[in-house]
Amino acid sequence: MIRARDLERRYGRRRVFTGVDVVVPRGGFGVVTGPNGSGKTTLLRLFAGLAQPTRGALMVDTDRSRIGYVAHEPLVYRELTAVENLDLFGRLYHVPERRERIGMLLERFSLWEARNERVSTYSRGMTQRLALCRALLHDPDLLVLDEPYSALDENGASLLDRELESLAGDRTFVIATHDPGRLDRLATTTVVLA
Amino acid sequence: MTYLADVAALTRKDLRVELRGRDTLPAMLLFVLSALVVFHFALPEGSGDTAAYGLLWVAIVFTALLGLARAWVPEQEHGVLDGLVLAPCDRSAIWLAKALATLAFLVAAQAVALPAFVLFFEPLDATALAGVLLADIGICAVGSLMSAMAAASRAREVLLPLLVLPLAIPLVIGGVGASVSDEGGRFLLFLALYDGVFAVLSWASFEYVVTE
Amino acid sequence: MGAALLLALVIAPEDADQGISQRIFYIHVPIALTAYFCFGLGALKALLLLWRGEERYDLESYVAIHQGTIFGALTLITGAIWARASWGVWWTWSSNQLVLFLVLFLFYCAYFMLRYSLEEGPRRARSSAVYALFGLALIPVSFLAIRLADDFIHPTVFTREGPQMSGTMFATFCVSWGAVTLLAYVLYRVELAGKRLDADLRELREALR
Repeated sequence: MIRARDLERRYGRRRVFTGVDVVVPRGGFGVVTGPNGSGKTTLLRLFAGLAQPTRGALMVDTDRSRIGYVAHEPLVYRELTAVENLDLFGRLYHVPERRERIGMLLERFSLWEARNERVSTYSRGMTQRLALCRALLHDPDLLVLDEPYSALDENGASLLDRELESLAGDRTFVIATHDPGRLDRLATTTVVLA
Repeated sequence: MTYLADVAALTRKDLRVELRGRDTLPAMLLFVLSALVVFHFALPEGSGDTAAYGLLWVAIVFTALLGLARAWVPEQEHGVLDGLVLAPCDRSAIWLAKALATLAFLVAAQAVALPAFVLFFEPLDATALAGVLLADIGICAVGSLMSAMAAASRAREVLLPLLVLPLAIPLVIGGVGASVSDEGGRFLLFLALYDGVFAVLSWASFEYVVTE
Repeated sequence: MGAALLLALVIAPEDADQGISQRIFYIHVPIALTAYFCFGLGALKALLLLWRGEERYDLESYVAIHQGTIFGALTLITGAIWARASWGVWWTWSSNQLVLFLVLFLFYCAYFMLRYSLEEGPRRARSSAVYALFGLALIPVSFLAIRLADDFIHPTVFTREGPQMSGTMFATFCVSWGAVTLLAYVLYRVELAGKRLDADLRELREALR
């Protein structure tokens, strides 16, 4: 699914990382770890297709419509409600049976009661859960998650654990975290950035 | 066509966000009315009718700049722009939706400002109004792109006017000409040309501004 | 360059009604043409950057536009001198060429503001490239606009029947034009080489860290 060889990403003279080799097979579970500032976010952005490497070869075996991405930021509109946000992305991704799918996801992530409230009223955990809904909405083959546990409390974290278990198998995951212990049993590939 | 459906969904979103937030449109309205009043006092006695038209266009450009400065703010919050860029839709659709929404706000502000102008200063004929509409299209097209460029920088409030004003000069020439000259038609044709050239250029190059 | 100056100031016959000011013409117009050329080159490099994606085009585009802006400023200065010598004023709005250059000068100054306020990287390169392309489109559009706005009283250099100059004057003009273009080319190469050296040095320093 993902094949990267000698990847480098520079911003002008600032080198974020260099010489990265990664292979994540289809259905695999990739974990990216490293201290803060080591370039985990940048590497994940490359995988998601938001940026190009400045050197090296990157091959991601799927197109934009089948990639789900969760960033540090939730990537949702503050002034819209959960339903409106998911409806917009549902339309953009041409999700079939949009309304039903939105309802199901909001239920699974305990956001059903707050579905018609604006995101600006949500707690950080709720916003992060909505971001996960957004990423899963279009049933992606590849999920790129950038430190998804960081904004979640215990409940949210167990929800996410449960989701990851149920989704694993035919989907490919790449997760960045600085708590690799949590994902040890699921991980098939590990990348450590210095 | 999915492209138009995408644009429609995105434009609807832009309008809805503004309706909820309610900060850009009232600001533009208040600004343009205040500007017109300032102009009354700024025009010395016996300046002639045509000077007022010139000032109208100054007001239009700066009102547009106000709207454009806030155009991409909803996408900056929570990093939504990345979410839109990731989506399978054509990136130019994002620009088109934003330009249409900004155009809607500008026209809405002018729906109040133009009657006020006629009340305070001089009458406006059909040619002048056509000129206003064509110039609106031009400035929203170019401005939406420039605003996206400036949004990535640390000096965005200062940068946007610097980027847009030189590009707005031909629009002002066209607009004032349409309002004042006897051969208004020529100026309208010119404005249409400007719109054609720069709208296509903006449409085609937006992709490169939001991706890396 | 020196030969052109000599020719322009000593050998060219004085124009009947313009006198010594005509001599500045031999420098002013080539400088203006060179500025246009530089902006065009900058836009071409910009297009290549967006199309091919090779990083070097960013620097080449930037240097070309930098040169263009310098020559644009010189156009305005020599134009002002010419206006002073011909009409007694330092600036006139009825000179379409001058007004066009003023607009372009403002536009390209904003180019540098854009570059200065964005962080180095592909985003800055792409935004600069797009802006450079807008600049190229702005040239004819502005020209048309200014033409619509004003009567055209800037003396035409080349009319449809042929240059409005005698043989010697034409020769002098061409020499001057060639000299200015050569100067621009040399400056372009020098600045590009200098900037490349800078970049290489920085990379070396980073690698050694």
